[in-house]
Amino acid sequence: MAEEIPAGCARPTGSVVGEKADPKKKDSIEAKSEKEVRGTMIKVGKKAPDFTAPAYHKGKFINVTLSDHLGKWVVLCFYPGDFTFV
Amino acid sequence: MSVDSIFVHKMWNDHELSKMVKGGIPFPMLSDGGGKVGTIYGIYDEDAGVETRGRFIIDPDGVVQGFEVLTPPVGRNVSESIRQIQAFQLVRQSKGTEATPSGWKPGKPTLKPGPDMVGRVWEVWKTDNAFD
Repeated sequence: MAEEIPAGCARPTGSVVGEKADPKKKDSIEAKSEKEVRGTMIKVGKKAPDFTAPAYHKGKFINVTLSDHLGKWVVLCFYPGDFTFV
Repeated sequence: MSVDSIFVHKMWNDHELSKMVKGGIPFPMLSDGGGKVGTIYGIYDEDAGVETRGRFIIDPDGVVQGFEVLTPPVGRNVSESIRQIQAFQLVRQSKGTEATPSGWKPGKPTLKPGPDMVGRVWEVWKTDNAFD
C-alpha cells in the first residue's frame, strides 16, 4: 500500500496516475488546452481522478495513491499553504 | 494536500500543528508541487500558484459524492463535512431507498421517495428541519 520513500535531496512531486512523475518532463496537464482541462473537471457522481503523491505521515515520508483507498470513504482536502493562518 | 514539499509538511506538523493536535496530524499530509493534482480537481489557482480550499468526499467506489471550494481567507466547517459523510453513508447503506432532506443529521427523519410521497413531503418535513 503506502510504501515509505527515501528522503533524498530532491523534492518529490505527485502526479496523476498514468503519467510519469518526471520533473524534467513538460507537464502534460499544463500543456493541454483550456478546453481539454475543463473536460477533466470534477463532477459529482463521477469517478475521482486517480493520483499518486508524496506525503508526510506520522514521522515517515510515504507515497499515497488514491485508488489504494477504494473500499473506504476518503476526504481529500486542498489548502493554500503550510504556515498560513486559516 | 498543498503545493508545499513533504519537508515543509513535516516542519509545520512538528513545530505548530502538533501543538494544536495531540500526537500530530493523524492523516497523511500530501504534497502537490506544481499543482498537478489540484489542476485536474479544478481547484488550483494558477495566478497565485497555490491550491484553493477544495474539499472532496469520495465514496468506497472512488466516486466523488460532493465537493466544496472556498477562497483562502475563509476556513471550512469540519462538522458539516462529517454530517455530509454520515448522510452519504446512510443513503449508500439504504441502497438509495432513503434520502436525507435539507438539514438532516443523525437522529432526524429521512425520506423514502416513491409515488406515495409525491406532493406530500410537506406532511413529514417542516422548514424548521432545515436548521440545527
